[in-house]
Amino acid sequence: MTRYLCLSGLEPFVLTPDIPFVNVGERTNVTGSARFRKLIVNRDYATALDVARDQVENGAQIIDINMDEGLIDSKQAMIEFLNLVASEPDIARVPIMIDSSKWEVIEAGLQCVQGKSVVNSISLKEGEEAFRHHAGLCLAYGAAVVVMAFDEQGQADTFERKTEICARAYRILVDEVGFPPEDIIFDPNVFAVATGIEEHDNYGVDFIEATRWIRANLPHAHVSGGVSNLSFSFRGNEPVREAMHAVFLYHAIKVGMDMGIVNAGQLAVYDQIDPELREACEDVVLNRQPKSGGTATERLLEVAERFRGGAREEKQRDLAWRDWPVEKRLEHALVNGITEFIEEDTEAARQMAERPLHVIEGPLMAGMNVVGDLFGAGKMFLPQVVKSARVMKQAVAVLLPYMEEEKRQNGGEGRQSAGKVLMATVKGDVHDIGKNIVGVVLACNNYEIVDLGVMVPPQKILEVAREEKVDAIGLSGLITPSLDEMVHLASEMEREGFDIPLLIGGATTSKVHTAVKIAPNYSGPAVYVLDASRAVGVVGNLLSETNKADYVAGLREEYAEVAERHERAERAKERLPLATARANPAQIDWSGYSVPAPSFTGHRVIEDWDLAEIARYIDWTPFFRTWELKGVYPKILEDEKQGEAARGLFADAQEMLKRIIAERWFAPRAVVGFWPANATGDDIRLYEGEDRSEVLATLHTLRQQHAKRAGRPNVALSDFVAPEGTVPDYVGGFVVTAGPEEAEIAARFERENDNYASIMVKALADRFAEAMAEMLHERVRRELWAYAPEEGFDPQELIGEPYRGIRPAPGYPAQPDHTEKLTLFRLLDAEATTGVELTESMAMWPGSSVSGLYIGHPDSYYFGVAKVERDQVADYAARKGLEMAEAERWLAPILNYVPKAGKSVAAE
Amino acid sequence: MLHFSLPEDPCLAELRALAAERILILDGAMGTMIQTLHMTEEDFTGNGHIHGPGCRHHYHPDHPQKGNNDLLVLTQPQAVEDIQFTFAMAGADILETNTFSSTSIAQADYGLEAAVHDLNVAGAQVARRAADRAQAEDGRRRFVAGAVGPTNRTASISPDVNDPGYRATSFDELRQAYGAQIDGLIEGGSDLILIETIFDTLNAKAAIFAAYESFAKVGRRLPIMISGTITDASGRTLSGQTPTAFWHSVSHARPFTVGLNCALGAAAMRPHLAELAGVANCLICAYPNAGLPNAFGQYDETPDQTAAQVADFAREGLVNVVGGCCGTTPDHIRAIAEAVAPFDPRKVSA
Repeated sequence: MTRYLCLSGLEPFVLTPDIPFVNVGERTNVTGSARFRKLIVNRDYATALDVARDQVENGAQIIDINMDEGLIDSKQAMIEFLNLVASEPDIARVPIMIDSSKWEVIEAGLQCVQGKSVVNSISLKEGEEAFRHHAGLCLAYGAAVVVMAFDEQGQADTFERKTEICARAYRILVDEVGFPPEDIIFDPNVFAVATGIEEHDNYGVDFIEATRWIRANLPHAHVSGGVSNLSFSFRGNEPVREAMHAVFLYHAIKVGMDMGIVNAGQLAVYDQIDPELREACEDVVLNRQPKSGGTATERLLEVAERFRGGAREEKQRDLAWRDWPVEKRLEHALVNGITEFIEEDTEAARQMAERPLHVIEGPLMAGMNVVGDLFGAGKMFLPQVVKSARVMKQAVAVLLPYMEEEKRQNGGEGRQSAGKVLMATVKGDVHDIGKNIVGVVLACNNYEIVDLGVMVPPQKILEVAREEKVDAIGLSGLITPSLDEMVHLASEMEREGFDIPLLIGGATTSKVHTAVKIAPNYSGPAVYVLDASRAVGVVGNLLSETNKADYVAGLREEYAEVAERHERAERAKERLPLATARANPAQIDWSGYSVPAPSFTGHRVIEDWDLAEIARYIDWTPFFRTWELKGVYPKILEDEKQGEAARGLFADAQEMLKRIIAERWFAPRAVVGFWPANATGDDIRLYEGEDRSEVLATLHTLRQQHAKRAGRPNVALSDFVAPEGTVPDYVGGFVVTAGPEEAEIAARFERENDNYASIMVKALADRFAEAMAEMLHERVRRELWAYAPEEGFDPQELIGEPYRGIRPAPGYPAQPDHTEKLTLFRLLDAEATTGVELTESMAMWPGSSVSGLYIGHPDSYYFGVAKVERDQVADYAARKGLEMAEAERWLAPILNYVPKAGKSVAAE
Repeated sequence: MLHFSLPEDPCLAELRALAAERILILDGAMGTMIQTLHMTEEDFTGNGHIHGPGCRHHYHPDHPQKGNNDLLVLTQPQAVEDIQFTFAMAGADILETNTFSSTSIAQADYGLEAAVHDLNVAGAQVARRAADRAQAEDGRRRFVAGAVGPTNRTASISPDVNDPGYRATSFDELRQAYGAQIDGLIEGGSDLILIETIFDTLNAKAAIFAAYESFAKVGRRLPIMISGTITDASGRTLSGQTPTAFWHSVSHARPFTVGLNCALGAAAMRPHLAELAGVANCLICAYPNAGLPNAFGQYDETPDQTAAQVADFAREGLVNVVGGCCGTTPDHIRAIAEAVAPFDPRKVSA
């Protein structure tokens, strides 16, 4: 097999024999470029990146990056700069040479590059042990190496020393470390010549001869060098330096130097050098006696003065596109990710446009559409699209002041952003890369992004959407179950009266799914977004006052068509008939079961709440979740990354908690009730009295209907209550609330512009309500119902639900029907006893309230009903005395079928 | 550090000998098979009893575990083993452990970072049992490939537009997370390490680094399989590399195989696979999805359809190991195994 040096950036590089010489760009080297050093010291990374980009444009096949500067933290600078380079596809396409004299800087650099890079350099300077160690690490990181001809005695200057050290290094690398010889690049040290010191005169020849020897004797290895050292004594005379470099390279390349660190923009062409200057240079490089007499150095010094010119201009980049019309210039800048002229071009376009907004909706959007098309066609790839978005951001920034001014003149408030978009990866899904990219692209277009992260429960999304008054919600998901979450969220949005656009995206989402499953559940616009490049167009249209109506109407028509097509093709889906599911209930042996009667029946208000006592029952993990800190309390306080934020937050919470308790901010209320109860079918009957002759109320439950593995029941809550005719059983119910004070206090903080305290008090009120539920449940088990009087868990242990019995809440997975709260509230007279009201959509107000049932059987557990079929919904509607359509409306999130016309697809 | 001075695990020689004779078969999709079981939250948590080989793990009720497929090796090991056994009997030579997301980084989303060691040990043990059962049944040797997924963070891409230099993770964080996973996979009895679904090569490089650190601990070098994924029409990885650039970045692992998986199905994979086969000096492995997911996230390609396309890879001499990713069932694997049987494995230019 041929052994070529293979490197890569985003694109591969192979050093084949067809390539006589590899140009390594040296301008991003702080030791070699004063300009670059200044940029780095001043942390002007944007311009520093331009330097790197220019080198690549000028033909550098590899770029050398060196941050060895005493004034800066070289390691940090290397990390930051390489990370930035990785975000610039037109630079990152070439391999990187990570250049430092400090190993820790090199290693930090190796940890930032995905391509196969070159380490510059390692050597025997610190002995064989360190050399082996570094070489082994280069192997493990997957990098080629430059090996300097340097050993314990110092840098090699003569032919003998250079070849001896290189040979020794080669044997260690190849024979001991197992380093691929084609990945070894020797640097036999280019030293300055024509310095006036006689010992230096042969340095050029020593290098060239050592190169010849290495290529002949150390198979597959390469030779490189830092060429600019050669002409050190002619600093300030660029034409002469360039001529010396060209001459040196001409001879060194001939004998096998196949790589060099050179300024790619400044290389004279050997043939085009003035013959007199060229000969003088060759005399110096090759240590020849000049024909005209004297020493080579003298001769070159003499000639040099005549060639001293002004610093030669850097090669002009191709700027022909600057002559194009402004729309094309904007498009070119967007497609190529060029920010340099975007401000002046945007300004030019603005002056031509009637309104600043027209520049965005016109040429800029047109340019982004070209980007979208190229991406879709595979002609651009993601990092480039992200760059385009950044250019767009700068253009919008130019227009923004004008748009605000225009609004002000029209008497409106200047709007800060184009709109606020909430982004979230839905519950149960942890994939967020696509979502982040869409967020990036939208943010670049002046949308304000509220990113809720991953695994975001629907309640949270809606809560934040309301609190933040967002203009659109974007949902993302990669795994299949996320599709259901999206449908669910659409239904929840509908239920809670939202009308803002809902954007759907992610790998498994599709236009068909959005049209068939999501759009019908939501009366606002629900739109499928194919990829990040399309997001701007879609959101722009949806939030545009002028375009929205037509756009939405067009979408509806399109989706209706898609849905209709799909319905025709719809096939049966596997759901058990209700009768089959009922034949497989949770198996509980009721013979011999007995549960004590509760200490009272009917309902009772619980008033003796002690805020300090409740606080002991707080589960803090969800509190941190509210604040976007993921992790389990108390571990989160010690978390490496979030720990500091978590500790600060926790301290603030504790402080407010103290005030809440001391100043009695909340007035918690609760009501609890118990009733004799028995199950009948999928319902639970509650009776007036212990004789169980008269029915007081019926709690309806839903049964899991999906196909189960053998031995797994299709559960309904009624399975956990003793059936009629077996043994006497009981069911309880409760409503707790931290009270309405929370809302007032939060509003007060808000008026004082203290949003932090406002959110904090709400978050704490929620925790109080949950803690009350936990505390009350314990009291029920030990005292009020007293089926577990001996129970003695520590409050924090209760979080893991180690106790007997459950407290399922209507509207949650075990009983997804929110309207069951009506029955519960009636039984408990909850509105009068606690002040908690049910809204039209069956949400509880005040928000920091919790309600639920108590079921006492030791085998009871929480479960999800999941999707149900039409047969069960019909049966359920009949049992509840509801119209089918109404039942379908409340159960919309769990329907396994599309309601309205069309036949049930359940197996019969 | 490191070593290619480490002795090879004997199974590498076995695999090489087998691969010289015929195209080897890798198993199919675990995730989509698990989905067909319709497991509930309580199935996933084993009704709240998550026991590792060493100890009991506490999960928090605020961390729903449904969808945490890797957890099933602890809570539903028999179900996982049965799926793997079925794949083995359908013709798979190499069984993947159900540990795609068993790194501390990926499990953090489920609050189960502490369970990572147990997940990997148990994941390997479960696959080992399935492999041994199949071998006892028909006498054919099966290999266990410890599956190492990409995690859900990218080391090369900034998630923050205003800060392109920002990174949500680091090489070292990834290296440590992968290291803990690979230690567990080896302890549980994996024969190979499979670094798969690579969308950011820097993540994969951290996994390779970690693998060699783990090998140094046990004093032998397991075969490594490396598999990238290409999802863009541009024919690049998510982090922007072309297939050849990707190969150059990972070739230092001296892998047993390099290849592609998942993504857009066999048809879309072909040109990229051909590019890799043209440059790589190791064996080539391909395990595509059963086509593209349909509108509802399901895979429609029938076993015959997938097998016909994979057979084209074999006919053109592009592959040495084939199998299936998302949506491929034991029937797909059986069909693939039959379809590639007539063809010689790809010859590696060495």
